[in-house]
Amino acid sequence: MTKQTIRAAFITSVPVLAGYIVLGIGFGILLRGAGYGVGWAAAMSALIYGGSMQYVGVGLLSSGASIITTALTSFMVNARHLFYSISMIGVYKDAGRAKPYMIFALTDETYSLLCDGKVPEGADPTMYRFFVSLFDQCYWIIGGVLGNLLGAVLPSTAGVEFSMTALFVAAFTEQWRTSRDHLPALTGAGCTLLCLVLFGPENFLIPAMVLITVVLTLLRGREEAAA
Amino acid sequence: MKSAIIVGVMAAVSALLRFLPFLVFRKRTPPYVAYLGRVLPPAIIGMLVVYCLKDVTLTAAPYGLPELIACLTVAAVQLWRRSSLWSILAGTAVYLVLVNAVF
Repeated sequence: MTKQTIRAAFITSVPVLAGYIVLGIGFGILLRGAGYGVGWAAAMSALIYGGSMQYVGVGLLSSGASIITTALTSFMVNARHLFYSISMIGVYKDAGRAKPYMIFALTDETYSLLCDGKVPEGADPTMYRFFVSLFDQCYWIIGGVLGNLLGAVLPSTAGVEFSMTALFVAAFTEQWRTSRDHLPALTGAGCTLLCLVLFGPENFLIPAMVLITVVLTLLRGREEAAA
Repeated sequence: MKSAIIVGVMAAVSALLRFLPFLVFRKRTPPYVAYLGRVLPPAIIGMLVVYCLKDVTLTAAPYGLPELIACLTVAAVQLWRRSSLWSILAGTAVYLVLVNAVF
């Protein structure tokens, strides 16, 4: 059962493998460019473990940002994790000793792999989710270390980063296929698109999250009226 | 030393955001929070799709066509095979060919 569970977790995590290695390499190269060596790359990927956060973090490090600026920026960039955790409370309810690590390792991609709460047949749910989380972070650390070590000698990989987009489109499609109520999915995409148009590509994520929460809260009344 | 503190702050804030909901709603999850937990996943996935495509230019060549075609490929393969591994591989392959050889 253990072997079967780990194999199932690995298969689930494969789509993240390519994306994390490529994005991790990008981060490693960026960090090396800012004058930080391989130890920093490994430490940041192990301790912070957040793609967009670490890319922003290189800028904070090289610009000598203050602690306050760093804390506020980290909050803004990672505020969406509040949403991920809220929606995983139920799924992670019985995770036991593995739970702290699983909460720590809840990135966008790991979340998108596990948020439907489904587990492959014959796999132990907690062990399966733990290993998906662990495999994903391993890919991320390997990518960061590789990028930092190899730096400029790497060949161009233009377009491979699309695997990240593809991951979310696949999750969106699967979600759409298996649920009858499409309103939450449409709310998420629609509100974000609106905020992208209104606020521009640099500042739209926080307004989008606020708007999504407001609209979903208003829709809750509709659900109760129907029930 | 300063750099280590900066990295530490980033790590602490990131972890805090991930742990906070689990700590606050440990005993009992209020119905409103449970409702959000149910409807947020599809909404956030929708948000992330838009987020990934935020830098696509629609007003100049190739008008976002590689992204559109590749995304439709992902959706089609996902509906057909019901396996995200195959749909992601197919979509990324189509995108690679489009940006490197076609557009």
